[in-house]
Amino acid sequence: MSELLTVGISDYKTGRAPLVIVTYALGSCIGICLYDQVAKIGGLSHIMLPDSKMFTQSDINRMKFADTAIPDMLNVLCSMGADRRRITAKIAGGAQMFKVQEDSPLGMIGTRNTRSVKAVLSELRIPIVNEDTGADYGRTLYFDLQTGNVRVQSLNKTVVQL
Amino acid sequence: MLENYEQLNDAQIDVLKEIGNIGAGNAATALSLLLNEKVSISLPKVRLTDFDTAISALGGTEAMTVGVLVNFSGEANGIIMFLLDMEDAKSITNILVQEDGHEDELNELKLSAIQEIGNILGSSYINSISALTGLSIGISIPYTAIDMAGALMSVPIIEFGAVGDKVMFIEENFSSDTHSLISHIVMFAEIDTLKTMMERLGI
Repeated sequence: MSELLTVGISDYKTGRAPLVIVTYALGSCIGICLYDQVAKIGGLSHIMLPDSKMFTQSDINRMKFADTAIPDMLNVLCSMGADRRRITAKIAGGAQMFKVQEDSPLGMIGTRNTRSVKAVLSELRIPIVNEDTGADYGRTLYFDLQTGNVRVQSLNKTVVQL
Repeated sequence: MLENYEQLNDAQIDVLKEIGNIGAGNAATALSLLLNEKVSISLPKVRLTDFDTAISALGGTEAMTVGVLVNFSGEANGIIMFLLDMEDAKSITNILVQEDGHEDELNELKLSAIQEIGNILGSSYINSISALTGLSIGISIPYTAIDMAGALMSVPIIEFGAVGDKVMFIEENFSSDTHSLISHIVMFAEIDTLKTMMERLGI
Protein backbone atom coordinates (compact mmCIF):
# COMPACT_ATOMS: atom_id res chain seq x y z
CA MET A 1 0.00 0.00 0.00
CA SER A 2 1.42 3.33 -1.06
CA GLU A 3 1.58 6.31 1.22
CA LEU A 4 -1.77 8.12 1.49
CA LEU A 5 -2.04 11.91 1.60
CA THR A 6 -5.41 13.41 2.58
CA VAL A 7 -6.87 16.58 1.09
CA GLY A 8 -9.47 18.43 3.21
CA ILE A 9 -12.15 20.86 2.06
CA SER A 10 -10.73 24.01 0.45
CA ASP A 11 -7.32 22.43 0.23
CA TYR A 12 -4.98 20.92 -2.33
CA LYS A 13 -2.01 18.56 -2.11
CA THR A 14 0.65 17.68 -4.64
CA GLY A 15 3.26 14.94 -4.87
CA ARG A 16 4.97 12.34 -7.01
CA ALA A 17 4.71 8.56 -7.54
CA PRO A 18 4.18 6.26 -5.67
CA LEU A 19 2.00 8.55 -3.56
CA VAL A 20 -1.80 8.19 -3.47
CA ILE A 21 -3.78 11.37 -2.77
CA VAL A 22 -7.28 10.98 -1.34
CA THR A 23 -10.19 13.32 -0.69
CA TYR A 24 -13.25 12.01 1.15
CA ALA A 25 -16.96 12.49 0.59
CA LEU A 26 -17.19 15.14 -2.09
CA GLY A 27 -20.79 16.35 -2.30
CA SER A 28 -21.41 19.49 -4.29
CA CYS A 29 -17.69 20.29 -4.07
CA ILE A 30 -15.36 19.19 -6.88
CA GLY A 31 -12.12 17.22 -6.86
CA ILE A 32 -9.70 18.19 -9.63
CA CYS A 33 -6.82 15.79 -10.36
CA LEU A 34 -4.00 17.25 -12.47
CA TYR A 35 -1.33 14.85 -13.70
CA ASP A 36 1.87 14.72 -15.75
CA GLN A 37 2.00 11.10 -16.98
CA VAL A 38 5.73 11.21 -17.81
CA ALA A 39 7.10 12.91 -14.71
CA LYS A 40 4.44 11.10 -12.59
CA ILE A 41 3.76 14.31 -10.70
CA GLY A 42 0.21 15.22 -9.75
CA GLY A 43 -2.06 17.17 -7.47
CA LEU A 44 -5.60 16.96 -6.12
CA SER A 45 -7.62 20.07 -5.35
CA HIS A 46 -10.93 20.07 -3.41
CA ILE A 47 -12.76 23.29 -4.24
CA MET A 48 -16.11 24.34 -2.80
CA LEU A 49 -17.06 27.50 -4.71
CA PRO A 50 -16.87 28.51 -8.38
CA ASP A 51 -15.52 32.02 -8.30
CA SER A 52 -13.37 34.17 -6.00
CA LYS A 53 -14.23 37.36 -7.86
CA MET A 54 -17.48 37.82 -5.96
CA PHE A 55 -15.39 38.52 -2.86
CA THR A 56 -13.84 41.86 -2.14
CA GLN A 57 -11.76 40.95 0.92
CA SER A 58 -8.08 40.54 0.14
CA ASP A 59 -7.44 37.70 2.58
CA ILE A 60 -9.48 35.01 0.83
CA ASN A 61 -8.46 31.37 1.03
CA ARG A 62 -7.38 30.81 -2.59
CA MET A 63 -7.71 27.02 -2.20
CA LYS A 64 -11.48 27.40 -1.77
CA PHE A 65 -12.31 28.64 -5.28
CA ALA A 66 -12.02 26.98 -8.71
CA ASP A 67 -10.59 30.10 -10.38
CA THR A 68 -7.74 30.50 -7.87
CA ALA A 69 -7.03 26.94 -6.64
CA ILE A 70 -6.50 25.37 -10.08
CA PRO A 71 -3.92 27.88 -11.44
CA ASP A 72 -2.14 27.91 -8.05
CA MET A 73 -1.88 24.11 -7.98
CA LEU A 74 -0.73 24.08 -11.61
CA ASN A 75 2.11 26.46 -10.70
CA VAL A 76 3.16 24.21 -7.84
CA LEU A 77 3.21 21.17 -10.15
CA CYS A 78 5.34 23.03 -12.70
CA SER A 79 7.76 24.18 -10.00
CA MET A 80 8.11 20.51 -8.99
CA GLY A 81 9.23 19.63 -12.51
CA ALA A 82 5.97 18.78 -14.27
CA ASP A 83 5.72 19.85 -17.92
CA ARG A 84 2.75 22.14 -18.33
CA ARG A 85 2.08 20.86 -21.88
CA ARG A 86 1.69 17.28 -20.65
CA ILE A 87 -0.71 18.01 -17.83
CA THR A 88 -4.19 16.50 -18.09
CA ALA A 89 -7.19 16.67 -15.77
CA LYS A 90 -9.76 14.30 -14.30
CA ILE A 91 -12.63 15.77 -12.33
CA ALA A 92 -15.37 14.36 -10.07
CA GLY A 93 -18.08 15.66 -7.72
CA GLY A 94 -20.50 18.53 -8.21
CA ALA A 95 -23.52 16.51 -7.06
CA GLN A 96 -26.87 17.89 -6.06
CA MET A 97 -27.28 16.17 -2.70
CA PHE A 98 -30.90 17.18 -2.03
CA LYS A 99 -33.71 17.37 -4.53
CA VAL A 100 -34.41 21.03 -3.83
CA GLN A 101 -35.90 23.09 -6.64
CA GLU A 102 -33.54 23.13 -9.59
CA ASP A 103 -33.69 26.89 -9.91
CA SER A 104 -32.86 27.67 -6.27
CA PRO A 105 -29.31 28.93 -5.66
CA LEU A 106 -28.75 25.92 -3.40
CA GLY A 107 -29.79 23.41 -6.06
CA MET A 108 -27.44 24.89 -8.62
CA ILE A 109 -24.17 24.97 -6.70
CA GLY A 110 -22.89 21.56 -7.86
CA THR A 111 -23.61 22.46 -11.48
CA ARG A 112 -22.08 25.92 -11.09
CA ASN A 113 -18.95 24.39 -9.59
CA THR A 114 -18.66 21.90 -12.47
CA ARG A 115 -19.17 24.61 -15.07
CA SER A 116 -16.60 26.89 -13.47
CA VAL A 117 -13.98 24.12 -13.14
CA LYS A 118 -14.39 23.30 -16.84
CA ALA A 119 -14.11 26.95 -17.84
CA VAL A 120 -10.94 27.42 -15.77
CA LEU A 121 -9.34 24.26 -17.21
CA SER A 122 -10.28 25.27 -20.74
CA GLU A 123 -8.76 28.71 -20.24
CA LEU A 124 -5.56 27.08 -18.99
CA ARG A 125 -5.71 24.71 -22.01
CA ILE A 126 -5.67 21.62 -19.81
CA PRO A 127 -7.66 18.79 -21.41
CA ILE A 128 -10.20 16.92 -19.27
CA VAL A 129 -9.53 13.26 -20.09
CA ASN A 130 -12.28 11.81 -17.86
CA GLU A 131 -14.97 12.96 -15.45
CA ASP A 132 -17.66 11.73 -13.09
CA THR A 133 -19.76 14.75 -12.16
CA GLY A 134 -23.35 15.60 -11.26
CA ALA A 135 -26.03 13.15 -10.03
CA ASP A 136 -27.12 13.11 -6.39
CA TYR A 137 -24.55 11.17 -4.36
CA GLY A 138 -21.25 11.69 -2.55
CA ARG A 139 -17.88 10.54 -3.92
CA THR A 140 -14.51 9.69 -2.38
CA LEU A 141 -11.50 9.98 -4.75
CA TYR A 142 -8.23 8.05 -4.64
CA PHE A 143 -5.71 9.53 -7.07
CA ASP A 144 -2.79 7.16 -7.75
CA LEU A 145 0.28 9.09 -8.88
CA GLN A 146 1.95 5.91 -10.17
CA THR A 147 -0.68 5.36 -12.86
CA GLY A 148 -2.74 8.55 -12.95
CA ASN A 149 -5.85 6.46 -12.24
CA VAL A 150 -8.60 7.94 -10.12
CA ARG A 151 -10.84 5.55 -8.18
CA VAL A 152 -14.26 6.98 -7.31
CA GLN A 153 -16.11 5.32 -4.41
CA SER A 154 -19.68 6.00 -3.35
CA LEU A 155 -22.02 4.36 -0.86
CA ASN A 156 -23.88 1.36 -2.30
CA LYS A 157 -22.48 1.95 -5.78
CA THR A 158 -19.97 0.20 -8.00
CA VAL A 159 -16.48 1.71 -7.93
CA VAL A 160 -15.80 3.92 -10.96
CA GLN A 161 -12.30 4.13 -12.47
CA LEU A 162 -11.35 7.36 -14.19
CA MET B 1 -19.74 45.35 10.52
CA LEU B 2 -20.64 41.67 10.68
CA GLU B 3 -19.31 39.80 7.64
CA ASN B 4 -19.04 36.19 8.76
CA TYR B 5 -19.56 33.84 11.69
CA GLU B 6 -15.97 34.21 12.90
CA GLN B 7 -16.72 37.82 13.82
CA LEU B 8 -19.57 37.04 16.21
CA ASN B 9 -18.80 38.25 19.73
CA ASP B 10 -19.57 36.29 22.90
CA ALA B 11 -22.91 38.01 23.50
CA GLN B 12 -24.00 37.26 19.94
CA ILE B 13 -22.94 33.63 20.21
CA ASP B 14 -24.92 33.40 23.46
CA VAL B 15 -27.99 34.57 21.56
CA LEU B 16 -27.51 31.81 19.00
CA LYS B 17 -27.07 29.30 21.82
CA GLU B 18 -30.28 30.54 23.38
CA ILE B 19 -32.07 30.10 20.07
CA GLY B 20 -30.63 26.58 20.04
CA ASN B 21 -31.91 25.97 23.59
CA ILE B 22 -35.40 27.18 22.88
CA GLY B 23 -35.51 25.38 19.53
CA ALA B 24 -34.38 22.12 21.11
CA GLY B 25 -36.95 22.54 23.91
CA ASN B 26 -39.72 23.00 21.35
CA ALA B 27 -38.39 20.05 19.39
CA ALA B 28 -38.39 17.78 22.48
CA THR B 29 -42.02 18.69 23.18
CA ALA B 30 -43.01 17.96 19.59
CA LEU B 31 -41.08 14.68 19.59
CA SER B 32 -42.79 13.65 22.85
CA LEU B 33 -46.16 14.04 21.16
CA LEU B 34 -45.03 12.19 18.06
CA LEU B 35 -43.42 9.29 19.91
CA ASN B 36 -46.03 9.28 22.63
CA GLU B 37 -43.41 9.17 25.39
CA LYS B 38 -41.61 11.81 27.40
CA VAL B 39 -38.54 13.11 25.58
CA SER B 40 -35.98 15.19 27.39
CA ILE B 41 -32.94 16.97 26.03
CA SER B 42 -29.49 17.72 27.27
CA LEU B 43 -28.27 21.30 27.11
CA PRO B 44 -27.39 21.72 23.42
CA LYS B 45 -23.75 22.27 22.58
CA VAL B 46 -23.22 25.05 20.05
CA ARG B 47 -19.92 24.76 18.23
CA LEU B 48 -18.14 26.99 15.76
CA THR B 49 -15.37 25.03 14.03
CA ASP B 50 -13.51 24.74 10.76
CA PHE B 51 -15.07 22.59 8.06
CA ASP B 52 -13.07 19.39 8.52
CA THR B 53 -13.54 19.39 12.31
CA ALA B 54 -17.30 19.76 11.87
CA ILE B 55 -17.44 16.71 9.63
CA SER B 56 -15.28 14.61 11.99
CA ALA B 57 -17.63 15.55 14.84
CA LEU B 58 -20.43 13.89 12.90
CA GLY B 59 -18.76 10.51 13.13
CA GLY B 60 -16.39 10.61 10.20
CA THR B 61 -16.52 11.85 6.63
CA GLU B 62 -17.69 8.60 5.07
CA ALA B 63 -20.16 7.52 7.77
CA MET B 64 -23.58 6.71 6.37
CA THR B 65 -25.87 9.46 7.59
CA VAL B 66 -29.44 10.62 7.12
CA GLY B 67 -29.83 14.32 6.38
CA VAL B 68 -32.99 16.38 6.26
CA LEU B 69 -32.76 19.84 4.77
CA VAL B 70 -35.23 22.69 5.19
CA ASN B 71 -34.93 26.14 3.61
CA PHE B 72 -36.32 29.16 5.42
CA SER B 73 -37.19 32.46 3.84
CA GLY B 74 -39.10 35.67 4.39
CA GLU B 75 -37.70 38.24 6.80
CA ALA B 76 -34.97 35.73 7.63
CA ASN B 77 -33.22 33.51 5.06
CA GLY B 78 -31.09 30.43 5.34
CA ILE B 79 -31.09 26.66 5.68
CA ILE B 80 -31.35 24.17 8.50
CA MET B 81 -29.99 20.68 8.12
CA PHE B 82 -30.64 17.95 10.62
CA LEU B 83 -28.31 14.92 10.65
CA LEU B 84 -28.78 11.57 12.28
CA ASP B 85 -26.47 8.59 12.08
CA MET B 86 -27.90 5.52 10.41
CA GLU B 87 -28.34 3.46 13.60
CA ASP B 88 -30.22 6.23 15.42
CA ALA B 89 -32.34 6.80 12.34
CA LYS B 90 -33.30 3.12 12.28
CA SER B 91 -34.10 2.93 15.98
CA ILE B 92 -36.28 6.04 15.96
CA THR B 93 -38.20 4.93 12.89
CA ASN B 94 -38.79 1.52 14.44
CA ILE B 95 -40.75 3.29 17.19
CA LEU B 96 -42.74 5.36 14.72
CA VAL B 97 -43.39 2.73 12.11
CA GLN B 98 -44.29 -0.60 13.61
CA GLU B 99 -44.32 -3.37 11.08
CA ASP B 100 -43.17 -6.95 10.83
CA GLY B 101 -39.72 -7.82 9.56
CA HIS B 102 -37.34 -5.65 7.52
CA GLU B 103 -36.41 -3.78 10.68
CA ASP B 104 -32.98 -3.04 9.35
CA GLU B 105 -34.07 -1.26 6.26
CA LEU B 106 -35.15 2.30 5.82
CA ASN B 107 -38.09 1.94 3.49
CA GLU B 108 -40.14 4.77 2.08
CA LEU B 109 -42.50 4.87 5.04
CA LYS B 110 -39.61 5.11 7.50
CA LEU B 111 -37.93 7.76 5.39
CA SER B 112 -41.06 9.86 5.44
CA ALA B 113 -41.11 9.48 9.23
CA ILE B 114 -37.53 10.80 9.35
CA GLN B 115 -38.53 13.60 7.03
CA GLU B 116 -41.33 14.50 9.41
CA ILE B 117 -38.91 14.57 12.35
CA GLY B 118 -36.64 16.86 10.35
CA ASN B 119 -39.62 19.03 9.59
CA ILE B 120 -40.53 19.22 13.29
CA LEU B 121 -36.98 20.07 14.33
CA GLY B 122 -36.65 22.67 11.58
CA SER B 123 -39.95 24.32 12.52
CA SER B 124 -39.00 24.26 16.19
CA TYR B 125 -35.85 26.25 15.51
CA ILE B 126 -37.52 28.66 13.14
CA ASN B 127 -40.32 29.25 15.62
CA SER B 128 -37.79 30.06 18.31
CA ILE B 129 -36.14 32.64 16.03
CA SER B 130 -39.53 34.10 15.17
CA ALA B 131 -40.60 34.25 18.80
CA LEU B 132 -37.39 35.96 19.93
CA THR B 133 -37.06 38.45 17.09
CA GLY B 134 -40.62 38.95 15.84
CA LEU B 135 -39.45 38.23 12.28
CA SER B 136 -41.91 36.50 9.98
CA ILE B 137 -40.30 33.39 8.51
CA GLY B 138 -41.63 30.62 6.30
CA ILE B 139 -40.11 27.16 5.78
CA SER B 140 -39.93 24.86 2.76
CA ILE B 141 -40.96 21.24 2.62
CA PRO B 142 -38.23 18.95 4.04
CA TYR B 143 -35.79 17.25 1.64
CA THR B 144 -34.14 13.98 2.68
CA ALA B 145 -30.93 12.27 1.56
CA ILE B 146 -28.89 9.32 2.80
CA ASP B 147 -25.19 9.53 2.05
CA MET B 148 -21.72 10.06 3.50
CA ALA B 149 -21.71 12.67 6.29
CA GLY B 150 -19.12 14.75 4.44
CA ALA B 151 -21.11 14.85 1.23
CA LEU B 152 -24.31 15.94 3.02
CA MET B 153 -22.39 18.52 5.02
CA SER B 154 -20.98 19.99 1.82
CA VAL B 155 -24.36 21.67 1.31
CA PRO B 156 -24.37 23.90 4.43
CA ILE B 157 -20.57 24.14 4.39
CA ILE B 158 -20.67 25.75 0.95
CA GLU B 159 -23.14 28.31 2.33
CA PHE B 160 -20.85 29.09 5.28
CA GLY B 161 -17.83 28.98 2.98
CA ALA B 162 -19.25 31.76 0.85
CA VAL B 163 -18.91 34.10 3.84
CA GLY B 164 -16.08 32.68 5.96
CA ASP B 165 -14.04 29.66 7.02
CA LYS B 166 -16.08 28.38 9.95
CA VAL B 167 -19.31 26.45 10.30
CA MET B 168 -21.70 26.60 13.23
CA PHE B 169 -23.61 23.55 14.41
CA ILE B 170 -25.60 22.39 17.39
CA GLU B 171 -25.28 19.00 19.00
CA GLU B 172 -28.09 17.76 21.17
CA ASN B 173 -28.93 14.62 22.98
CA PHE B 174 -32.57 13.57 23.02
CA SER B 175 -33.55 10.80 25.42
CA SER B 176 -36.69 9.03 26.51
CA ASP B 177 -37.12 6.11 28.93
CA THR B 178 -36.30 3.64 26.21
CA HIS B 179 -34.19 5.48 23.68
CA SER B 180 -31.54 8.07 23.30
CA LEU B 181 -30.21 9.68 20.21
CA ILE B 182 -27.75 12.36 19.27
CA SER B 183 -28.71 14.72 16.53
CA HIS B 184 -26.70 17.43 14.88
CA ILE B 185 -28.31 20.53 13.55
CA VAL B 186 -26.51 22.85 11.20
CA MET B 187 -28.23 26.17 10.89
CA PHE B 188 -27.01 28.68 8.37
CA ALA B 189 -28.59 32.12 8.44
CA GLU B 190 -27.51 34.54 5.74
CA ILE B 191 -25.32 37.34 7.06
CA ASP B 192 -28.04 39.96 6.46
CA THR B 193 -30.42 37.78 8.46
CA LEU B 194 -27.85 37.42 11.24
CA LYS B 195 -27.48 41.20 11.36
CA THR B 196 -31.24 41.72 11.44
CA MET B 197 -31.61 39.19 14.25
CA MET B 198 -28.92 40.86 16.33
CA GLU B 199 -30.41 44.31 15.68
CA ARG B 200 -33.87 43.18 16.70
CA LEU B 201 -32.45 41.83 19.92
CA GLY B 202 -30.37 44.95 20.51
CA ILE B 203 -27.06 43.06 20.59
